[in-house]
Amino acid sequence: MHALLRWPPRRPLVTLAGLLLGLAFSLTLGWVPAAWAQANTATGPGGVLAVPALSARVIDQTGTLTPEQLRALSDKLQALETQRGSQVVILMVPSTQPEDIAAYGQRVGDTWKIGRREVGDGLLVIVALQDRRMRIEVAKTLEGAIPDLMASRIIERTLKPAFQAGAYADGLSAAIDQIDQLIAGEDLPEPSADRDRSEEVAPKDVLVFGLMSVPFLFGVLSKVLGRKASALGTGLIGGGLTWWLTASLLLGLIAAVLAVVLALALGTGGGGRGGRGGSWGGGGFGRGGFGGGGGFSSGGGGNFGGGGASGRW
Amino acid sequence: MPASRFTPSPLSRRLAGISLVLALAMPLSGCGYNDFQRLDEATKASWSEVLNQYQRRADLIPNIVATVKGEANFEQETLTKVIEARSKATSIQATPELINDPEAFHKFQQAQGELSGALSRLLVVTENYPNLKANQGFQDLRIQLEGTENRITVARNRYIESVQSYNVLARSFPTNLTAMVFSYKPKASFTVQNEAQISAPPTVDFGNK
Repeated sequence: MHALLRWPPRRPLVTLAGLLLGLAFSLTLGWVPAAWAQANTATGPGGVLAVPALSARVIDQTGTLTPEQLRALSDKLQALETQRGSQVVILMVPSTQPEDIAAYGQRVGDTWKIGRREVGDGLLVIVALQDRRMRIEVAKTLEGAIPDLMASRIIERTLKPAFQAGAYADGLSAAIDQIDQLIAGEDLPEPSADRDRSEEVAPKDVLVFGLMSVPFLFGVLSKVLGRKASALGTGLIGGGLTWWLTASLLLGLIAAVLAVVLALALGTGGGGRGGRGGSWGGGGFGRGGFGGGGGFSSGGGGNFGGGGASGRW
Repeated sequence: MPASRFTPSPLSRRLAGISLVLALAMPLSGCGYNDFQRLDEATKASWSEVLNQYQRRADLIPNIVATVKGEANFEQETLTKVIEARSKATSIQATPELINDPEAFHKFQQAQGELSGALSRLLVVTENYPNLKANQGFQDLRIQLEGTENRITVARNRYIESVQSYNVLARSFPTNLTAMVFSYKPKASFTVQNEAQISAPPTVDFGNK
């Protein structure tokens, strides 16, 4: 091992090649966190309406509903979820132009993925006030309970007359009742008391990654730097990576210290891989949940495949 | 041992070190082989969904045609076009292997595109027939057709996305080497049939009606 750690390096070319290989392989590892890849999907390109954050069961961006109506509808939807397990969300926007309401609804469904994780029973009611368009977007699981025809009937016979009369809250409330009955007719799994919603990156992956990369990084660095300097460098890079992946400075610092310790142990003891470098990143990290709105968050299971119906009033 | 005939130089030791590191890193980074399998299956699955929805549309058309035929003196030309486009689209054997054959894929796409065009013309024309507008059966079929068109759009988008990730893998380093070894080719994706028509702004003429 000591031959690897010599400074200055006897063969600069070999050292350079080692560094390049190291770079190539750290790139190959391809560690792009899911949260980072998702960041771009939230806002659509080219002037289309952005999908809002899922902050509540009823999101009114138009200011049409009074706070009491908002609460009443929200309570109704909460009761529906408690009783049936399905997640229904109402979204009112001023306009989806230039995009069609179906395309917008699809994007909202893809982003929110409402519906239980294991079941995927989500449903979206979208109202574009200025366009005078509405849409019921049905996740695949519920397409049996609420086929396009039923969605269209709810729109034509309940929402449309109410909206024409300006009774938005009444129309939506009646529509929820009908949706509730249709879902009740479907044989869905019972709602469970405690849902496991946490979306965690498996700690195992982080652990393996840490265990593999610390000796590797240290080995590469120690070709150009001294033992202590390369241990420090390993700590810096490891800590920085952890910070970047978990967005937590504390975890980054812990990982940095552990990486330094592990690297030093490697450098002195040769086979001293007993260091606890594995606790990189701690106990996994959830993706930022949807806060507010009375503790409501998406189950994340809804798969929206274009089911449902649109209408105008 | 025959290996002890020469003393290992620092270079060979270093090379041994590097190859050890490579051997450790290989299973982690992989050569992308498994990713190819995973994404290949993903494209196949999303393609099947596209075919599924096209099939659903093809199944709906005979009912629509039958209902529209019941309407006296309906524009025969529009109706015939739909029937022809449907038989043309369904005559192409839609297999999962289609995605690996760009030419057949293009043909299939063109046929489905023609059917889409003929259908939307038909639906526009039916607006002129009050009897059809009042016909509940026809309106139900129309809603189902709209839902199917929506699902086709979604399925196509998902197919495009899955092909994109497959093709990125097949073209980027170092997985392109794996693609070369196993001769994995980039897959065909959807293109817009009438690009020139779409990019031209629509002409609105209020005077001639």
